[in-house]
Amino acid sequence: MTYTLAAPVNESMASASDTLIIAMIVTYAAAMFLFAIEAAYGTRTKLKAGRLMPVGAGSVEGGDGDIEVNVRSTEKEAQASQSVLGRIALAVTALGFVLNLAQIVTRGLAAGRWPWGNMFEFVVAMCLVAVGALLYASWRYQARFLGAFVLVPVLLLLGVGVRWLYVDPGPLIPALQSYWVPIHVTAVIIAGGGFMVSGVAGITYLVSHRSETRRARGETVTGIAGRLPSPEILDRISHRFILFAFPLWTFGVIAGSIWADEAWGRFWGWDPKEVWSFISWVIYAAYLHARATGGWRGPKATWINVLGFLTVMFNLFAVNYLFSGLHSYA
Amino acid sequence: MSTTTSENSHDEPESPAPKPKGLGALGWARWIWRTLTSMRTALILLFLLALGAIPGSFLPQNVVSVDEVATYFRENPELAPWLDRFYLFDVFSSPWYGAIYLLLFVSLAGCVIPRAITHAKAVRARPVKTPRNLGRMPYVARFGTDATPDTALERAREVLKGYRIERYEDSVSAETGYLREVGNVLFHLALLGLLLALAAGAFFGYRGNLLLVEGDGFANTLPSYDAIYPGHWTDTDEFAPFTIHMEDFEAVFIEEGSLRGQADSYVADLRYTEEPGGEERTHRLQVNHPLSVGGVQVYLLGHGYAPEFEVRNADDEVVFDQAVPFLYRDTMSFTSDGVVKVPDTGGEELGFVGVFLPSAMEDSEGELVSDFPGARNPMVTLEAYRGDLGMVDPQSVYQLKTQGMEGLGESPVMAVGDTWELPEEAGSITFTGVKEYATLQTNRDGARLPALAAATLAVVGLLVTLFVRPRRVWVRATEGEDGRTRVELAGLGKTEAAGDNTEFHELTSRLAARLRSEPDDDPNTPPEKSTTQGSDR
Ligand code: HEM
Repeated sequence: MTYTLAAPVNESMASASDTLIIAMIVTYAAAMFLFAIEAAYGTRTKLKAGRLMPVGAGSVEGGDGDIEVNVRSTEKEAQASQSVLGRIALAVTALGFVLNLAQIVTRGLAAGRWPWGNMFEFVVAMCLVAVGALLYASWRYQARFLGAFVLVPVLLLLGVGVRWLYVDPGPLIPALQSYWVPIHVTAVIIAGGGFMVSGVAGITYLVSHRSETRRARGETVTGIAGRLPSPEILDRISHRFILFAFPLWTFGVIAGSIWADEAWGRFWGWDPKEVWSFISWVIYAAYLHARATGGWRGPKATWINVLGFLTVMFNLFAVNYLFSGLHSYA
Repeated sequence: MSTTTSENSHDEPESPAPKPKGLGALGWARWIWRTLTSMRTALILLFLLALGAIPGSFLPQNVVSVDEVATYFRENPELAPWLDRFYLFDVFSSPWYGAIYLLLFVSLAGCVIPRAITHAKAVRARPVKTPRNLGRMPYVARFGTDATPDTALERAREVLKGYRIERYEDSVSAETGYLREVGNVLFHLALLGLLLALAAGAFFGYRGNLLLVEGDGFANTLPSYDAIYPGHWTDTDEFAPFTIHMEDFEAVFIEEGSLRGQADSYVADLRYTEEPGGEERTHRLQVNHPLSVGGVQVYLLGHGYAPEFEVRNADDEVVFDQAVPFLYRDTMSFTSDGVVKVPDTGGEELGFVGVFLPSAMEDSEGELVSDFPGARNPMVTLEAYRGDLGMVDPQSVYQLKTQGMEGLGESPVMAVGDTWELPEEAGSITFTGVKEYATLQTNRDGARLPALAAATLAVVGLLVTLFVRPRRVWVRATEGEDGRTRVELAGLGKTEAAGDNTEFHELTSRLAARLRSEPDDDPNTPPEKSTTQGSDR
């Protein structure tokens, strides 16, 4: 027997979600602009000591007990270009985050299902995670200085999403109707957002590292490159997000193979998407190893991190369009 | 921490092992082993593992689709045999890829197992003796207090909750985070286990494809399959003897809007038994809802149409009456092609080449096409042939060899119930109805659960490795010249985890605060408890 069915789409939710996409892109663009001004024209001031910030040598504890602290690692003091514009930018980013979230919710309501079932929805959700990670890093690690850098790929991805990947909201193909899919896809999206922030922090690290080397040679470094925070902090933030994203990615790949087992009768079949998730996984494992291997820490390890992020992006775009495979649900 | 490496205890060989100088075979073997199990080699092998996988995504692979490889050979007759020589169509089972991952796993075992043994000893040992000069540690704090040195150390013990603590004269030595190393070993060994499980599954399991028309059945024996892929050591005579009968198949398609024609669901209603004559059970087979029977998983892979035909010979006797599976060209129109072979007519053999349109309509150019995958208006057109089907040789059921046959012409467009009287009184063919078929895959892979268990352990081990931070803290309290007690707290993070200094600093602050609220020492202060037991975190 064959039945047919009308796609149930809630039109008002669908149009609300489409409006929200534009609103959120405009908001993120405004935030990026403000962050960029802060990075370029703010005054270079010391960051508060915090979770990832060094406790400065010789700092004095308030009250009556004087504590003399000596930190062996002669950390350069963590400084970043700061201005009040950055705070505004952060608030605008938070607004964009709310719009982004609302967009995803309305789209889910429009289609009557969890809202990451195709490339467009996938990209939008990954941007949400990256911005969420930026907000978290700003709060927890005072890493607001990453704002301009994180929002660049976010806006690029959203632009690509709207221009080339957009599809109307609607139901899913049968292979995607499994509760393992939201689990798998959610893990992969969150890990992807983490890798994105880590990759961006990594690139910023490479620039900052280079500025520092040039400064050490006595050259003067101008522009944003010269006003970046110290490489150590960028490296630490970058590493932090890998620690968060790598186990999630591992879990996501496993959840995906459980789903593949249910849907296709094998849990691992070297389909191009599987091959590339494996490649990304191995590269991030190599990154973690490199940090424990003499002579590899620093820029070399960071290049591996950046390479890892490129493979994640390649997997997202190229594999869906270049190869035919079971995963080509673009 | 950018500078902790020098003094922390990553037990990695810092540089490649020194090359042996005239040490003979044993020396060389030792050198090779040390090089192979170094972190640097592991890193290189990980890169090779990633690099080697790349051709596996760009070139068609036999594990993914034998057909795509065949197409590639046809389109690149020069290049393909060369690529094949390097196993580039079987990357993941090639000797060179195997060499990479075997070396990696040998390196892994050689690296991790000695580490596990060292660690097992370290876990039982007491925290190390306090170094004489704490000033060399990455984090050192000093402050003065009016409490006695003994009180200061006792308070330090309280502040260092969760650490394993040992008192050494004027100091305590504390250590925590032993679990990290356990996690690291667990993670790496779980990967080893995963590899072994995968290998076992590939050697002992099998995978098979079959096609089942509504109303038909299947028994799990080798000949029932259209295609079967057993492992090297699979016993093909010992298949689980289950049977399956497909009652009904349903496909639902989206009818309106931009997603028109996209499939919404497929459902196959099955009856099955564990063995012939066994108790009969039912199962609704859907994508993502496989049937598990006799240790074998049965999956719904795809579907298609099987138009039913009745063929009569020249004497008007029914010589053929069954559903014939057709293969679809695309999933939007489900326009399908098939062949009807009628060897037993009492006279010359008959063959038909047919095109099936599930939702036939005329397009703007007056051509008959199918505009929907569902069977809304099923139609077939046939071409008839008479002569020798050539059935003595094995042949595909989807192809008609027309060399030995004479064409009898084309049928009109036939709806269900229509009959075409063949030219030259060769008989007739009636399009009696439409059934659907499902393509199923069976898979026996004993490694599924062991592999899942190993993967789960790997994740657990990974989380422990990444988030447990082993670190050491020493507190020394000595009487200063001014009669006050000088407290010195030093911390060493054994991994490069950030935030260690912050944490050590918090310990210092807490200890200082406690000593500050300490009532001035007098002889009536109760004597310290002298437990030395700490605990692991
Ligand atoms: C399948 C291949 C491998 C994978 C996926 C892998 C993955 C990992 C990961 C994710 C970590 C955690 C790093 C961290 O603590 O931040 C790690 C640590 C480690 N791995 Fe591997 N590894 C593999 C093979 C090997 C091999 C072949 C060796 C030995 C030669 C090795 C030795 C180590 C050691 C010693 C550590 C601890 C590093 C430290 O103390 O920080 N691994 N590995």
